[in-house]
Amino acid sequence: MSVHRLSQGGHINRSQRLTFHFDGRRFFGHPGDTLASALLASGVRLVGRSFKYHRPRGIMTAGPDEPSALVELRERSRTEPNTKMTDVELYEGLQAWSQNRWPSLKFDLMAVNGLAGNIISAGFYYKTFMWPASFWEKLYEPLIRHAAGLGRATCLPDPDHYEAVHAHCDVLVVGSGPAGLAAARVAGEVGARVILCERDFLIGGGLLLDPAQESWRKEMIATLQGIRDVQILPRTNIFGYYDHNLLGGVEQVGDHVAEPHPHEVRQRYRTFRAGQVVLATGASERLIAFRGNDRPGVMMAGAALTYVRRFGVAPGKRAVVFTNNDSAYATALALAEAGLDGVVLADFRRENRLAAELRAHGVDVRFGIEVSDFGKDRVTLRTPSGGGDNVAADLLCISGGWNPNVHLASQSGARLSWDATLSSFVPGAPVQAERSAGAARGIVGIGEAARDGLAAGLAAANALGLGGGDIDFPLPAPEGPCAPLEPLWEVKSSGKAFVDLQHDVTVNDIRLAHREGFSHIEHAKRYTTHNMATDQGKLGGLVGAAILAEARGETLEKVGLPTFRPYTKPVAIGALAGGTTGERFQPIRRTALHGWHLRHGAVMRPMGAWLRPSYYPKAEETAWDSVSREARGVRQSVGICDMSTLGKIDLQGPDAATLLDRLYINSFSTLAVGQCRYGLMLREDGIAFDDGTASRLREDHFLITTTTANAAPVLEHMEFYAQTVWPELDVQLCSVTDQWAQIAVAGPRSRVTLAKVVEGLDLWAFRFLSVGEGHMAGIPLRVFRISFSGELAYEVAVPSRHAEIVWRAILAAGQEFGIVPYGLETMDLMRIEKGHLAASELNGQATAADLGVGRMMKKTGDFVGRVLSARPALADPGRPRLVGIRPIDSGKRLRGGAHLVSKPGSGRSLGWITSVTRSIELGQWIGLAMLENGEAMSGKTVHAVSPLHDEAIEVVVSSPHHVDPENVRVRN
Amino acid sequence: MLLIPCPYCGARPQDEFHYRGDATVKRPAPDAGLQALYDFVYTRTNPRGWHLEWWHHYAGCRQWVKVERNTLTHEIRTAVGPAEDTPQLSA
Amino acid sequence: MPARIEPIADRYSAWRLLKEGISGNRGWKQAWRKPEPKARYDVVIIGGGGHGLATAHYLANVHGITNVAVVQKGPIGLGNGGRNTTIVRSNYLLPSNTRFYEYSLKLWEGLEQDLNYNVMVSQRGQLSLFHSDSERDAAVRRGNSMRIQGVDAVLVDGEAVRAMLPFLAMDNPMFPILGGLLQPRGGTARHDAVIWGFARAADRRGVDILEHCEVTGIRRDGGRVVGVETTRGFIGARKVGIAVAGNTSRVAAMAGLRLPVESHLLQAFVSEAIKPLINCVISFGAGHFYISQTDRGGLIFGGDLDGYNSYSQRGNLPLVERLMGVGVSMIPALSRLRVLRQWAGIADMTMDGSPFICRTLIEGLYLNGGWCYGGFKATPASGWCFAYTIAKDEPHPFNADLTIDRFLEGRMIDERGAGPNPWAQ
Repeated sequence: MSVHRLSQGGHINRSQRLTFHFDGRRFFGHPGDTLASALLASGVRLVGRSFKYHRPRGIMTAGPDEPSALVELRERSRTEPNTKMTDVELYEGLQAWSQNRWPSLKFDLMAVNGLAGNIISAGFYYKTFMWPASFWEKLYEPLIRHAAGLGRATCLPDPDHYEAVHAHCDVLVVGSGPAGLAAARVAGEVGARVILCERDFLIGGGLLLDPAQESWRKEMIATLQGIRDVQILPRTNIFGYYDHNLLGGVEQVGDHVAEPHPHEVRQRYRTFRAGQVVLATGASERLIAFRGNDRPGVMMAGAALTYVRRFGVAPGKRAVVFTNNDSAYATALALAEAGLDGVVLADFRRENRLAAELRAHGVDVRFGIEVSDFGKDRVTLRTPSGGGDNVAADLLCISGGWNPNVHLASQSGARLSWDATLSSFVPGAPVQAERSAGAARGIVGIGEAARDGLAAGLAAANALGLGGGDIDFPLPAPEGPCAPLEPLWEVKSSGKAFVDLQHDVTVNDIRLAHREGFSHIEHAKRYTTHNMATDQGKLGGLVGAAILAEARGETLEKVGLPTFRPYTKPVAIGALAGGTTGERFQPIRRTALHGWHLRHGAVMRPMGAWLRPSYYPKAEETAWDSVSREARGVRQSVGICDMSTLGKIDLQGPDAATLLDRLYINSFSTLAVGQCRYGLMLREDGIAFDDGTASRLREDHFLITTTTANAAPVLEHMEFYAQTVWPELDVQLCSVTDQWAQIAVAGPRSRVTLAKVVEGLDLWAFRFLSVGEGHMAGIPLRVFRISFSGELAYEVAVPSRHAEIVWRAILAAGQEFGIVPYGLETMDLMRIEKGHLAASELNGQATAADLGVGRMMKKTGDFVGRVLSARPALADPGRPRLVGIRPIDSGKRLRGGAHLVSKPGSGRSLGWITSVTRSIELGQWIGLAMLENGEAMSGKTVHAVSPLHDEAIEVVVSSPHHVDPENVRVRN
Repeated sequence: MLLIPCPYCGARPQDEFHYRGDATVKRPAPDAGLQALYDFVYTRTNPRGWHLEWWHHYAGCRQWVKVERNTLTHEIRTAVGPAEDTPQLSA
Repeated sequence: MPARIEPIADRYSAWRLLKEGISGNRGWKQAWRKPEPKARYDVVIIGGGGHGLATAHYLANVHGITNVAVVQKGPIGLGNGGRNTTIVRSNYLLPSNTRFYEYSLKLWEGLEQDLNYNVMVSQRGQLSLFHSDSERDAAVRRGNSMRIQGVDAVLVDGEAVRAMLPFLAMDNPMFPILGGLLQPRGGTARHDAVIWGFARAADRRGVDILEHCEVTGIRRDGGRVVGVETTRGFIGARKVGIAVAGNTSRVAAMAGLRLPVESHLLQAFVSEAIKPLINCVISFGAGHFYISQTDRGGLIFGGDLDGYNSYSQRGNLPLVERLMGVGVSMIPALSRLRVLRQWAGIADMTMDGSPFICRTLIEGLYLNGGWCYGGFKATPASGWCFAYTIAKDEPHPFNADLTIDRFLEGRMIDERGAGPNPWAQ
């Protein structure tokens, strides 16, 4: 048994030994230990160094309030810096290292900072490091950055997994102390669906510290486990309270083992949509500021009690307990019972009825005492008259009172109110469907808290219309009233007295902040960094506010606390991502022909949410080899391309044509059945939104296509106008994007190819911009004679599940013509040659006129975007307009994103290049561009410059239609 | 995660919906002129408090609904279809 | 009249720090006074955030207009000035924005010396990553636009990005990192210090900073402004400037103005402090995510708006889940680090994503707002241009395009092409 481990008591399993390492040294503990309790049991006191002064620090608390005892836990890709050892459940093989020290924990050179404490006081860095200006990035800041920070992060990906679970319940109970257990039980017994969350790995909260309550705790847990609709979630911290009674939490599924079990997650992100919430989150003990209150050996009194009672550890050999309230009496008693020598209880108050019992156990109880200093194994006691006494002690337990854990209540929107008895803030009137119970609202005593929890649980159930029957179960006896606390925030003396141990904020820093005008609590916080450490000011937040209140000459109630924000305890970023990371970051859409593309060697490329073939390289082919072969194949014979990602919207109803007339800049009511037409939609602000084709299948039935990227926005846009602006129009619309695969067959031999496949449609009588129905082996087909490539071309729509049969049939039919499958790159090449628009041009900044399609705008009738497109600056012909460009030196390349200027070196851009390609037809680079006064510039020379590439070339401006501007091929 | 009471589907989480802002502005008649269209598209009361706004139940019934929500507290009072008026704020 | 405060007597320096440190830090003065309101001022600025305080500083220090009050509902600097992600950069596409933000960056570069306050402007670079050929072309267009206007920009290819930032996931199936556009002069500044530095510098020239002084009305006499009604009484003014981004609609409504603005939530996050991991500012095209590391060691990051009108300053979980998903997808090492705190600000979102600094139809009333995501980096130039506009009653060329009537005229400055959809800007 290790030196400080008690022979009995607590919730640890002494029959089993766990081995772990801290700073490379081997230690032993037991199941039920935390890393902190196991180290204390082994007599380790110095565990870390502080942020700024690198002062030696020990273990202050027994939970997530810990400011000082931070370690790098685990190693390599599982490294977790800044882990609170008080919040780590011990496991076999645990590895941890102290952090923020150099060269070693015992001897840290950065501790010289402490000597300059008065100079590097609050906000000192705002007042210096300004000369010379260039030294900030070069010298000062790198030094600061190197010195700052706590632990080291890994650069490696996390090997563990996470998932998200979303739960609904009637009553969510947060915290499993006496109040939480009673609330969960009563709510469960009246039939509510209850979830009870406990951040700790053991259920019971404060009950774990009182052996007399053990049978009640066990009985309550057993009962709850027997109620079908009660779910108990240990190791589950609720980190935030959000709108509409949604709470977020994280369940630590696999943190208490060296590695999560196979097929199990490390952590589970959980949300809870609760009908009612009971916040039984307990209370946190607060610090007292005095010289040396940060040294190793100082510990919160409640934490010391926890180490004795729950972990069977004596956290020191000789102890002084310093308090201003009754709660620490239990600590003194426990320490005495644990066999510590000469326990001194220094009570700041005048008297207390509990003294007699403690004295009977050998505790030296003294009243009217302050602790004015804690040095090496020596506590300086001071009486009000100024008398002093030094007591030998290696453990100094302090209790400045208790703050209800109001974080979640405050986040829910409830204001806080001041409780003079506690000298602390308690939750005010609820805003959402929540109530606090037990210590979380300032109730003292286990029996009292249990009763309060029962009432809260019942009230929560009642609010949901449940309950009514008599629910009765035994509760612990009330402890009766305790003696009042006497507020004590600071024992004044020279030297450093800390209010924030992690950020090394002292009482003098707070006073300095006030002197300099940073007197509002939020200003003081920001100026001194008080409360901003990883313990979120749970220990010293109110103490700092009290020092500020004194300096301001105002009440603490008036000074208040900074806003409580998520997270109640820091949360792993991976947990919040909930597993939607990496390749699962967003759903990947695949077309019905995806498998065929992969089997045939396609290089796939993301496009919006889709994966599409980029090109289909043959062995040894470069990308350009492949693309140029595909493009030549199409232009010279026939090619086939999967166009299924295009948005497809089906409109039916007598007013379908009217709706389209009002959504597109051109008319569709004039479109004959069996015809298609290119259309452009504007946003209401007159800027081009999307383009595509609309096909009239029947008098009252249209099918429109959208660009891939805008498929969803266009449908939503159409639904908005159809449902809210013109609800009188009798038209229904729905997406059929996934239902129909679409196959482009393009090239001079597309007709002869397709004619071998499509039955029931005479392709020789089927003119450009027609739509018709046919079939293949009983599979219905829709055939559109439209062309994105600029060649004689068709698009064949086929129900998705038959897509591959039809695709293969077309390939087989085209085999004699050397049909080539082609991908996005080739499609893009050909559309740039042809001067068709794509997302690079439809970028949300151009009008119809800018894009060269202004003439399509109807002269009469309302349509979306008509009025605002006529605003003066939008109608200015000097705006950048779509043009074609090509280098004068045909050997030069173009770059997308290059700018057009009148001469190199000009500081004024006349436009920019939107799309470029190497043209197969022209044998040189060509591009599309937006150029001021574009049409008037045709035939003129400008310079395409890309300073990023240090390039400038002369280009000639042309029509955007580089190939077949007369549109002869498509009509063949 | 807001909980939006879709008048057609019942209470559904916010991520089934897309937002489209102020539902009190009405698209003016085609001949109402530039200023009227400008106000429809651009001018917003942007209240701190109750706000009538469009949400599209895109992952549900695909209906546009008018939701009365408080921009300060995020409380939702009612949600109705496009043709209906809410008791407190009229569109 | 309060005594003019001598600027030299309270200078900050290493020497002074040493002197005060030895003598118990007793000699420091209030960074700004807490004066009582005077009956009238030449100029009243509504809004004690970065922009309002910067405006006061430049009015006093550039234009010599020192009879100025900055009125603020609560304490100064607790709105967006104290809630942002501290990034400074000028890597804009459209010339109206580029020249304004570039001027701002130039002011940042000399701000410590101008204010005698270390606001920790740190030009460690800002890298915008792209994930597709079309995003690359857009980045090239932007970078070239910057270079043509004399702004620094460097195109970085994928291999160079990998070498700079070895912790990035380069090969996500949907968002492979193909490269980035680097602005070497981009970086961060310490946001609170900017507030305090401007406040102190303005105060030292006699500007009254009136905290806990909420404006309840804007008093007019016919077509011109005569002052503001406040919770501390009426304060007369020849000119009134509004700089209350987040609440611009509400304050402007006091003068009868209705604006093309919506208020939206923007969340931000900070992790626990760790030793240096990320040197520059990184932003990702994937899902809109940006991250940097503070000098104290915390990783500070943010992304999109929550997406609905709000004045609540509290965000919700859908955005959080999405943002963390992007973060871990792009920087897998983030997974085991812990996020410490989350907060939210109210962004004035305009209908084209760009701000306004302009006169209004009411004589003597000036408007500064619509900062969307960009308010912090704009702080010095916003104050500089607003001061100019107020002092001269005409815009400076840097803000000549940043008017409200641009929407009626069709002169939108829409960097993203998102249109009049503030929640998508």
